[in-house]
Amino acid sequence: MSVDFSVPPYAYSGRVYGSILNHQTSIDALGDEMFDVPYKNPPSAPILYVKPRNTLARSGSVMVVPSTHEVLQINGCLGLVIGETASRVTRTSAISHLAGYTAVIDVSVPHQKFYRPSVRFKALDGSCVVGELRQRDEISDPNKLLIKVAIDRDIQQEVSLGACVRDVEQLLVDVTEFMTLQPGDILLTGLSVGAPEVKRDQIASISIGGIGDVSVGFDSERVNA
Amino acid sequence: MKTARVAYSGAIHKAFPDESGVRLDDGRIVSETDVVWLAPFDVQTIIALGLNYADHVKELSKELTFTEKDEPLVFLKGSNSVIGHRGHTRRPRGVAFMHYECELAVIIGPPAKNVNAANAMNHVAGYTVCNDYAIRDYLENYYRPNLRVKSRDGGTVLGPWFVDATDVADPHELVLRTRVNGKITQEGSTSNMVNRIPELIEYLSNFMTLGPGDVILTGTPEGVVNVNEGDEVITEIDGIGSLSNTIVGDGTFGIDDA
Repeated sequence: MSVDFSVPPYAYSGRVYGSILNHQTSIDALGDEMFDVPYKNPPSAPILYVKPRNTLARSGSVMVVPSTHEVLQINGCLGLVIGETASRVTRTSAISHLAGYTAVIDVSVPHQKFYRPSVRFKALDGSCVVGELRQRDEISDPNKLLIKVAIDRDIQQEVSLGACVRDVEQLLVDVTEFMTLQPGDILLTGLSVGAPEVKRDQIASISIGGIGDVSVGFDSERVNA
Repeated sequence: MKTARVAYSGAIHKAFPDESGVRLDDGRIVSETDVVWLAPFDVQTIIALGLNYADHVKELSKELTFTEKDEPLVFLKGSNSVIGHRGHTRRPRGVAFMHYECELAVIIGPPAKNVNAANAMNHVAGYTVCNDYAIRDYLENYYRPNLRVKSRDGGTVLGPWFVDATDVADPHELVLRTRVNGKITQEGSTSNMVNRIPELIEYLSNFMTLGPGDVILTGTPEGVVNVNEGDEVITEIDGIGSLSNTIVGDGTFGIDDA
């Protein structure tokens, strides 16, 4: 069940962390709700989630949609691939800890409440589709990238990384303040609102200019006799 | 059988309990303080349970603004947080409430997908002790408990021994205990788990394939108290092991006064 992500000169470690509420659209969507129960306050530090190893898949794979779900949500993400151990990095040195970048599709069960969402929503088998590594020096400014999300080749969402609450450098500073990232770890820069949904027999793809494309198909659960 | 993974004299070894210390896989018998204890297995996905002991739920009831009873309260931690027996965990300067949690850690062996509770124990390879630290000052009400509380470097202490599943007659009849500087601060029994191990494996394997080295931290009973720099925290489970950890300050990590 392990997925070989050996892309020279770096092998992905299989550890993938995502961030929520790091895109201005997602903060705006919650609005005043952030001051009410149960949230009480807007988030002050990065809010992360883990995509465990059972979720890892390569571009072009087919994900089985559990019979309990009609639709799944397609989150197009920029993955920051760590190249050098990153512990309490500074803003100016942050980017130098990266090997590079990759496009990642985080497939989630749609949810609007962020207080204590079920681990199920982010942990379905095959729900983290990882692309090829693009070397760090090939990208002049990761904060200017644009992510295009398509369902059956029809572009349904465009996400600008310029609208992130924490840019790439600040996300690395604030995350490595409390957790050390190791070579091959991947940190996703955040989710926008309005992520398109897919059904069975559809194909989702994302494209990040200068980084690459990633796609995943969706199929029915096979019931074994 | 009980096994550990230790570093000694420039190499990593499998190790076994011995009357006068630990016995390495090459026959050497050495003191338990002369080895560096690593986590006793290759740690993969770390799955943790919140509020899985009825008494602990009561203890935290003040801050529970919500209860969701339909599913076990499960969250994931990063493997950056893993350290072994006799390791050090940092308490950042200025925090008010950092606490240990003594937990039975269940290690998965054969892959498990869509497993029924009745067959679930066939997928358990063994057990160890976990001290699952939290710093409540950093608790935010999004994706609770957020990783800044629960997945900090050094926040998942595992060991000392990996105990084969076949050596544990009933994992739901074990006494858990924590001592801070020798004084007992937490005591409970795995018989009080709300969601038991077979049900947890059935629940989890219904949507995620569990694999060798995945570990389920099954929650903690009541009795969590604040710990301070210099404290020695021993979390132990009868028949499984006694896991030591020392709280250190920012200075140890080269963090200057702000």
